[in-house]
Amino acid sequence: MDDLLFQVEPMIPALRRYARGLVRDKETADDIVQDCLERVVMNWSRRRDDNARSWVFAILHNLAVNRIRQDARRADLVTLETMPEATAAVDAGQDRTLFGQDVLAAIDRLPPDYRSILLLVAVEDLSYAEAATVLDVPVGTVMSRLSRAREQLKQILETSPADTKAKGPFIRRVK
Amino acid sequence: MTKRPISEDDLQAFVDRALDAERHLEVAAFLETDDDAAKRVAAYRQHTAALRSALAPVAAEPIPSRLNLANIIEKQQLPKRRPVARMAAAAVILLAIGASGGWLLKGYNMPPTEGVAALAQEASASYSAFAPDRVRPVEVRADGSDDLKVLASATIGGEAVIPDLSKSGYRLMGGRVVPTPYGSGLMLMYDNDKGSRIVLLTRRMQVDSDRAMVPSDQHDIHGWSWAKQGLGYSLVGGINSEDLHPIADDIRSQI
Repeated sequence: MDDLLFQVEPMIPALRRYARGLVRDKETADDIVQDCLERVVMNWSRRRDDNARSWVFAILHNLAVNRIRQDARRADLVTLETMPEATAAVDAGQDRTLFGQDVLAAIDRLPPDYRSILLLVAVEDLSYAEAATVLDVPVGTVMSRLSRAREQLKQILETSPADTKAKGPFIRRVK
Repeated sequence: MTKRPISEDDLQAFVDRALDAERHLEVAAFLETDDDAAKRVAAYRQHTAALRSALAPVAAEPIPSRLNLANIIEKQQLPKRRPVARMAAAAVILLAIGASGGWLLKGYNMPPTEGVAALAQEASASYSAFAPDRVRPVEVRADGSDDLKVLASATIGGEAVIPDLSKSGYRLMGGRVVPTPYGSGLMLMYDNDKGSRIVLLTRRMQVDSDRAMVPSDQHDIHGWSWAKQGLGYSLVGGINSEDLHPIADDIRSQI
């Protein structure tokens, strides 16, 4: 148990950052992290993965993806035109640099699979192999997804905000 | 030396600074000659930096108290004790029903297979029901506390011994009370590094209170069962009998 505290406690800031990058809403993100930590504590002695970081991130990732799917199902009830405004209103209330705000708004428009890979590799500094474990896909898929995610993010940032807004959030799943 | 051609994966790894020094230089040299790729890589790096700095404040925030790991650990250890007390009480009642029921039936309706043969069947049934369970194979986990010992003593009475099978490469996962026609039994489950699980079922015996070890086979579940001083033991698993036998011997020597 001491080992658990020693290994997992330093990860918590990064876990919160990853969850926030995926779902944005602070309370929802922390709910997911709390759920993740409870599962980590419950299953710590039974884990088979030597790499505690990718194991913990995988639990967090799966919980977050389930949450995003639930929310997407609920969002179907809302017309897509109303969604971008609602997201934009949340962004405006937060104090961030202009480009930081743009890039966060842009990753919100990426499909969840693209958002995950960018956050894991570019922000959390996971190796490609670790990211593959977290996402439960082969390393080759990690590479192709990363390349497409970066290209799509670039396109979103390079087109004018009015154009991107009209597209609405992507909620489809990408292979 | 022939150079490997530069791939898209190399460009991504260059952005992430994940290449070894030699390859890094090769990609850098390539980017000198390809303006489009160079612009793309520069943009990706800029976006990465922007994303990192936009999310950096989140990691710097103080951790909310509900995410305090020490508290979460403590919270999970506390409520676990109550179900054990309840289960122990239930086990005592079940044992009483089993024992008195057994006493009443004694003499005129005793099935011929009450002994170790029946025990082996019960152990196989427990194995089939719980060993494939990925969510909750055991009710009380082996976590270094006395919970399992308390459960064991409450179920089969006396000072219960929980065998240590680490010599055979098996770790104790935990246990649960299982009902048998002859009273409650204690099921202990062990697993090894390969995820192979074995089950040890122990209960009080009314006949066959001392029996030498006998093998049993039910489809592909193999087992060894024996009884000593009124307690019956049956070790079963999905591994073959010859591999199971030394583990059963190991258990018998510890009890």
